[in-house]
Amino acid sequence: MSDSVKNSPCCDLTGHPSFQQLDSYIDALKIDKESPRRKDTLIQTLHYAQNLFGYLPDVVQMHIAKRYGIPHADVSGVVSFYNYFTTTPKGKIQISVCLGTACYVNGADKVLQEFEQVLGIKSGQVSEDGKFSIESLRCVGACGLAPVVTINQKVYGKMKPGKVREILEDFLVEHSEKEEAVNA
Amino acid sequence: MVNITIDNQQVSVPEGTTVLDAAKQANIKIPTLCYLHLEKSNFLNNVASCRICVVEVEGRRNLPPACATPVTEGMKITTNSKRVLSSRRKNLELILSNHPFNCLICAKSTDCELQTLAWEFGINTQRYRGERATHEIDKSSGALKRDPEKCIMCRRCEVMCNEVQTVGALTAFGRGFNTVVAPAEKKPLIESPCVYCGQCVSVCPTAALTGVGYISEVWDALFNPKKKVVVQVAPAVRVAIGEEFGMQPGQIVTGKLAAALRRIGFDGVFDTTFGADLTVIEEGREIMDRLKSGKNLPILTSCCPGWINFINYHFPTLKYMPSTCKSPQQMTGAIAKNYYAKKMGIDPKDMVVVSVMPCIAKKYEAALPYESTHGIPDVDYSITTRELAKMLKEGSVDLKNMPEETFDDPLGESTGAGVIFGATGGVLEAALRTVYEKYTGKTLEDVNFMAVRGTQGIREASIQINGRTVNVAALSGLGNARKVLEKIVKGEAHYDIIEIMACPSGCVNGGGQPYCHDRDEVIEQRIRGLYHIDRNQAIRKSHENPSIQKLYQEYLGEAGSHLAHELLHVESHN
Repeated sequence: MSDSVKNSPCCDLTGHPSFQQLDSYIDALKIDKESPRRKDTLIQTLHYAQNLFGYLPDVVQMHIAKRYGIPHADVSGVVSFYNYFTTTPKGKIQISVCLGTACYVNGADKVLQEFEQVLGIKSGQVSEDGKFSIESLRCVGACGLAPVVTINQKVYGKMKPGKVREILEDFLVEHSEKEEAVNA
Repeated sequence: MVNITIDNQQVSVPEGTTVLDAAKQANIKIPTLCYLHLEKSNFLNNVASCRICVVEVEGRRNLPPACATPVTEGMKITTNSKRVLSSRRKNLELILSNHPFNCLICAKSTDCELQTLAWEFGINTQRYRGERATHEIDKSSGALKRDPEKCIMCRRCEVMCNEVQTVGALTAFGRGFNTVVAPAEKKPLIESPCVYCGQCVSVCPTAALTGVGYISEVWDALFNPKKKVVVQVAPAVRVAIGEEFGMQPGQIVTGKLAAALRRIGFDGVFDTTFGADLTVIEEGREIMDRLKSGKNLPILTSCCPGWINFINYHFPTLKYMPSTCKSPQQMTGAIAKNYYAKKMGIDPKDMVVVSVMPCIAKKYEAALPYESTHGIPDVDYSITTRELAKMLKEGSVDLKNMPEETFDDPLGESTGAGVIFGATGGVLEAALRTVYEKYTGKTLEDVNFMAVRGTQGIREASIQINGRTVNVAALSGLGNARKVLEKIVKGEAHYDIIEIMACPSGCVNGGGQPYCHDRDEVIEQRIRGLYHIDRNQAIRKSHENPSIQKLYQEYLGEAGSHLAHELLHVESHN
């Protein structure tokens, strides 16, 4: 809770254009607010919303609750149940460390620890400047490359704690080059 | 019919019956913990989360929960085999392993269903000691207290809050061992849509949900020689508090209660029914004004703070509908601190008004900044029926053996109309008795409006007043209120006057009343008690209350006067 509340002033989403997209998605579901089964599609809508906004803050949850004719508490309960859903905004650079079995036995936990130490944030958190966030996930389907880390969809295999600084620096260089290219 | 065998007894029950109900028919008691069924409130919790009611069914490998297992033809059930008993015991011990063992200092001690079960099972040791969940206590509302460490995840509160009351304040947040029943995003209650009706408190088996207590504050005031401490008692208290002293539900203890309150040191012992009569006069005036003008109808009653919180949160577009009257609790307080204090030469700042209410939301209402006069709160402390019972016990007062005394004048005189405020439909009936006579100028021969009485959630009637058909409704339970309000919003329902009480069956079933088993039966008896008082009262119409008449002559002028507005109304209820 404290995270989402703390983060809400910095990320005012009122009037965010993604709400329109979310609304047309929900419209298409043709929800009958009177039906006891109206919650059946809630999880897929939450998935969709998290893809749009990057996370599920109160205002998004309440919007969805209203559209479904259910209390905010109901939505919050579902969001809190699934690891995949997050109420913390993600950083511009999203680091995901796989903790699936193959990665774990190959030392993924130590890789995760190293990322946490280097960036000064814990898994599930975002850095104060909004640049980095770390999360753990379960299996990206590349067990042959264990342990696996993805940074904004880019996959890094055979990770070691010693390589963390190096790949972060590489990624930063690449990332800033891309940004420059866009700005130019 | 389905034929089954329970503990070698042949039983025949209708299809769809659960094993638990079938066993009841055979006079076999299966212990339960999370399960609860309250027919009158339309409440059913059978999530089978506690696994205390497990039984053995021949041919089944696992032990199914009796509360959620329907019978099937030829089923052979054993409710007390070694395997069943040891499983139940183990399940209970596991629940206890994550529950505080501080029963001695727990508000729910002796009323706790978990404690009772542990006692019945003869639990005499802590067999399992493991990790214990830690959660903060939430007293943010000043009315309803959440202590999640005492929660056993029975989910009764969620069913009550979300399905029966349709308030939607609670959810199971998180997963597995870390799950906690809390408002959305684990926010404090004060930031949630909670209306403090306290129905969750009345179904919570432990002390995970209780009222915020003010007993020590009240004792401090009583023992402070500089303070004049007066008390007012709500109508529903007099037919329920006896239960805490071994009396029958519904037993009328008005006279004993007045004596008891004097014994523990209150300087003035008043009756909230006086405020109820006053509400009828003020609200009656508003009803007549709105009926005449035909504007802002329907008028909704404003006595119940749980209901007022509900409309504020869920139907903000209808906020103009409730009467602007303060509730009887606040009116009694305002008159005590202004009219009575002046008469007695007491500075209102030196007066402490304590109210005894069947209610949790009254605590919240009393603390609202605008429920005051010239910056002085109308009511200082609102305590529940249960809290008063505890105070009387601590103060060596055995209610049962008290003499019959009366309330103090002038805020002690009341009518039958004021008394029935404690039951659903009572406010409406009391208002109709007065509005009819004032509107028509005729005497109402039969004061009993039977159509608005009863415990069904929605009751409607049409009454002829001066050739006009007045459509009225009495609603209890917020789920029923929601149904009707949604129709009003859609333009599908047209009423003139609606009484709404947050708690199913009204204040007799309030969240501050003594905890009870067989609740449906107990509520009936409490209601019967209130109507019995009304029937035997010499005066049964609020406007005939001599003390109320005198109050207007001496002080307020007429109903709806400037002073009446200053003391007895609010600009808006939020």
